Amino acid sequence: MKQETVQIYCVNEQAITIQATAPVSLEQQQRMWALGASFQARDGITEIVPGMNNLTLAFDESLVDGDALMHELQQGWNNITVCAQSGRLVEIPVRYGGEWGPDLADIAAHTGLNVDEIIRIHSEAEYTVFFIGFQPGFAYLGGMPAELTTPRRSSPRQTVPAGSVAIGGAQTGVYPKTSPGGWQILGHTDVVLFDPSREDPSLWMPGDRVKFVVAEVAHAE
Amino acid sequence: MPNSKLLEIIQAGPLVTVQDLDRHGSRHQGVSRAGALDDLSLRIANRLVGNADDAAGLEMFFGNTRIRFLKEIWFALAGCECFATLNGKPVYLGWTKRARAGDELFINMPRNGLCAYLALDGGIDVAALMGSRSTDVQGGFGGWQGRKLQTGDLLPVGKKNRKQLKTRGVLLPILNQEVRVLAGPEAEQFAPSVQDAFFSHGWKITADSNRMGFRLEGDTLIRRESGDLLSHGVFPGTIQVPPNGQPIILAAEAQATGGYPRIASVIQPDLWKLGQLRPGAFVHFRKVDRAEAAIAKQQQQRYLERIALALSIEN
Repeated sequence: MKQETVQIYCVNEQAITIQATAPVSLEQQQRMWALGASFQARDGITEIVPGMNNLTLAFDESLVDGDALMHELQQGWNNITVCAQSGRLVEIPVRYGGEWGPDLADIAAHTGLNVDEIIRIHSEAEYTVFFIGFQPGFAYLGGMPAELTTPRRSSPRQTVPAGSVAIGGAQTGVYPKTSPGGWQILGHTDVVLFDPSREDPSLWMPGDRVKFVVAEVAHAE
Repeated sequence: MPNSKLLEIIQAGPLVTVQDLDRHGSRHQGVSRAGALDDLSLRIANRLVGNADDAAGLEMFFGNTRIRFLKEIWFALAGCECFATLNGKPVYLGWTKRARAGDELFINMPRNGLCAYLALDGGIDVAALMGSRSTDVQGGFGGWQGRKLQTGDLLPVGKKNRKQLKTRGVLLPILNQEVRVLAGPEAEQFAPSVQDAFFSHGWKITADSNRMGFRLEGDTLIRRESGDLLSHGVFPGTIQVPPNGQPIILAAEAQATGGYPRIASVIQPDLWKLGQLRPGAFVHFRKVDRAEAAIAKQQQQRYLERIALALSIEN
């Protein structure tokens, strides 16, 4: 068995993080999810929060001993087996280009790809929800093809509409809520990513696979 | 709603929200903890009126709020000294008080501190979302219609507790401007002299502080390492240092994950003080270890137990 090194540290009296020290990879991320899942039913664990190649557990210190938990995380990391779990497949219909994707031309200019190629590459790839943060329901997706990498806009927009599908550096994502933002917008989805009245408010969960499906393409003249 | 008493907001201060203790178990979906910034004061006010600690009350930034009671109800105020009046007569912090139908409660601008808390016999009766009645102002959900209160809002109150209430008071916690912290995971990425600077002078709380975080102004804290951190879990009380070197104390509505280095972390029994960090004032940090943090927690628990005991004996 591989014994990659990890760092385990306290965030505060009620939270411990385990961080893989090797470069970010899907395999390590899968181990973090599996490790988190193994604490799901445990009394006194109040939050299980995956990050980027790390996992944070929050706990009630009257029920859980922090030092024992650190030890358990190390043991768990050494012994966890990742089943070939692949998460659910979440399909996100996207209207690309035109008023839905005002930055598509900029992405084309930067990547040297034409608009059709960008849409094809973006919608053919399969992504994985690495973790959720920044905003309720905002997924950090792994798996964007490197040729789509486009730097953030030099000046962020005051208002990016909810449902905007965008590229920021080497990542792609969807804005769950209208907010300021600097990512390059290539399309829009009507899917509601976060609805607090749903039993699981977030549409997707860490480990889910994601496909962007072309619903419509608006071509510039 | 046969049992609902109503509160009418005649004048809403700058940020009045419905809050209970917190919303937990949803952080992996990117959901904030929300809840009262000064959770200790909400607990005390709830205990005074016979509520469970996690009943919902009102959190009021900077007072300036006028409330009309539409039915008779017992209430209690805690938090910052806000010179409240009921029909023009003083209302004391940390005491129960009975309001009659039509009475008006005015929460004045505090001279010190930031948040005042109003608890009502029966609690504010709004639907729980993800296990909490707290308002997530940024997310736009929870509490009363997912937003801060406005003039004209009418709020329902839950079924009153069976116990007959009477006038009674408790000793409130003493507020000082010292917040105890543990060293953060990235503390060592700052040179010893920079760490000393963090602890040696007071930090000014800036005006762009809010329920997400308190932004501080003081010496520039330069990190000796560069390079980005991978996004990791953060919590209320985490103190981040962004590249501009001016720390931010994350608060109740902070995001679930972050990437700035964490120089320190407010100990749990001092988190309530965040609710009293008034913009323009100064906050000092004192470093403690985990053993001291555990003792501080026990002391706070004993204080809360003494309150519970005192309130149970007198009946």
